[in-house]
Amino acid sequence: MPREEDIYEEHVLDHYEDPYHRGDCEHATHEHEGNNPLCGDVVRVDLQIDSGGDIRQAWFDGEGCVISQASASMLMEKIEGMSRDKIKQFTADQMLELFGPKLTPNRQKCCLLPWRVVQSALHSPIDDGVDTDAVQNFGGPSLREES
Amino acid sequence: MSEKKNTPLDVESIRGDFPILKTLSASGAPLIYLDNAASTQHPNVVIESISDCYRNYYANVHRGIHTLSEAATSAYEQSRHAVAAFLNAAADREIVFTAGTTAAINTVARSWGEANIKSGDTILLTIAEHHANIVPWQQLATRTGCRIEFLPVADDGTIADEVVLDALAKHRPKLFTFVAISNMLGTEFPVARWVRMAHDAESLVLVDAAQAVPHQPIDVRQWDADFVVFSGHKICGPSGIGVLYGRESLLEAMPPFLGGGGMIQRVTVSGFEPAGLPEKFEAGTPPITEAIGLAAAIRYVESIGLECIRAHEQELVGRAYDGLAAIDGVRIFGPLPKDRAGILSFVIDGVHAHDVSQWLDTRGIAVRAGHHCTMPLHKRFGVAATSRASFYLYNTVSEVDAFVAAIAETKAKFSSTGRRRTRQPIKPL
Repeated sequence: MPREEDIYEEHVLDHYEDPYHRGDCEHATHEHEGNNPLCGDVVRVDLQIDSGGDIRQAWFDGEGCVISQASASMLMEKIEGMSRDKIKQFTADQMLELFGPKLTPNRQKCCLLPWRVVQSALHSPIDDGVDTDAVQNFGGPSLREES
Repeated sequence: MSEKKNTPLDVESIRGDFPILKTLSASGAPLIYLDNAASTQHPNVVIESISDCYRNYYANVHRGIHTLSEAATSAYEQSRHAVAAFLNAAADREIVFTAGTTAAINTVARSWGEANIKSGDTILLTIAEHHANIVPWQQLATRTGCRIEFLPVADDGTIADEVVLDALAKHRPKLFTFVAISNMLGTEFPVARWVRMAHDAESLVLVDAAQAVPHQPIDVRQWDADFVVFSGHKICGPSGIGVLYGRESLLEAMPPFLGGGGMIQRVTVSGFEPAGLPEKFEAGTPPITEAIGLAAAIRYVESIGLECIRAHEQELVGRAYDGLAAIDGVRIFGPLPKDRAGILSFVIDGVHAHDVSQWLDTRGIAVRAGHHCTMPLHKRFGVAATSRASFYLYNTVSEVDAFVAAIAETKAKFSSTGRRRTRQPIKPL
């Protein structure tokens, strides 16, 4: 069993305090915001996707715990330069692997929030509203509200 | 020990009654359980009462003629009597076993609500209600077109009597439903006084006593409330059982909510005739061992003494309050300790409640993090989530001190220190 302290390893805290691309993306073409009802974490993602379907820029903003905000920073860094299709193939397990420290099921929800929002953002062009084929169920643990 | 000097409770002896308190937390540290407002732990007498029923006299109740069924029925009804006596209800018939506080409130909303509430009527709530005492009324509003009004809380987590009086006069509610002790703020609202004010305004009253019944002596006749609800699992009893106390004349006039076996006098192909109280509201096989466990829990806390439990929690919450208030950057919600029960919600500037809870867990300390099912109340105070420590009879002064020290440590752990992320090489596009 991993020690819980390890969740807050240096690499994670570094991303939390010094995030990659936190803020607004001036030339965003796609945008989505999501929250985690369990803890109230909010993450918004702005993407600039070029005509070839590659992510030119990925930015996020939001409020929440170390896990959700650090994982957003890591994910923005990861997906810049990737193609839309590659990101669609980027699974929840890969996201957890990118984050690093092993997380309990509840904290996995925090970690996967930015990943969920990115997946939705791919289907959310800023001008045309949300694609009707946007899929809301990406697998992974459910985000059921606490009782 | 110094603890014994300050409190009439023999906490060390009480702790010996709770096997789970001897376990170690995941981190290897001794467990410090401060999540009692969410659910409490169970003493041996409760665990054994349930085990004893399953081992020796379990059967369905109110159905069989055989010996086991008679024994189980008798124990189940004795449990009802224990609850009635505990609350000082006028009769056992006024005690309905439900699945919990939530189910009890839903029963009133569905049964009394649909029979008595129509479009244009008002239900008065406080903004401090648990979702369990908001959503059933919102559902009722959807069905009937009634209105819901919320009393605001002041910055210190209290609600002045004038605010209540004004709202009663202005809205003329059919029902005023409020929490006796806020599960987030810890505020103790003046139940008996507000019930009088509501009755003067010809409103019925439902009291959500989930956080009150386990922690102080309750007398429903002294409160004079029309409905009082609470849960078994917050008073050292099992989950899956709760209590709806209702004034007999009201319960008598209410239609049954859940239909099924056990709640009928007679069924024909053309209809049914409901049973009398309290079976009318207990369709299906009830929570049998849960009721027996609840009665054991009630006997247990009564043997310790509710006044003593309350005094002990007052000491703990006062000490925790002073300790947290002395830490720079910690914001406490709710009133001063003199007006609060053993519940303490707080935020640490710049640190999310989940990180607080996770870090405390590494020290063996269990606290709640989130909105505690009070999202409107959290919105009122401008926060999405808080951390909450809540105390019970088995908590000690040294646990409070360990908690306060861990909060100071958490603050330091997550403070900004000028960290820099490792820069990735620029990726060519």
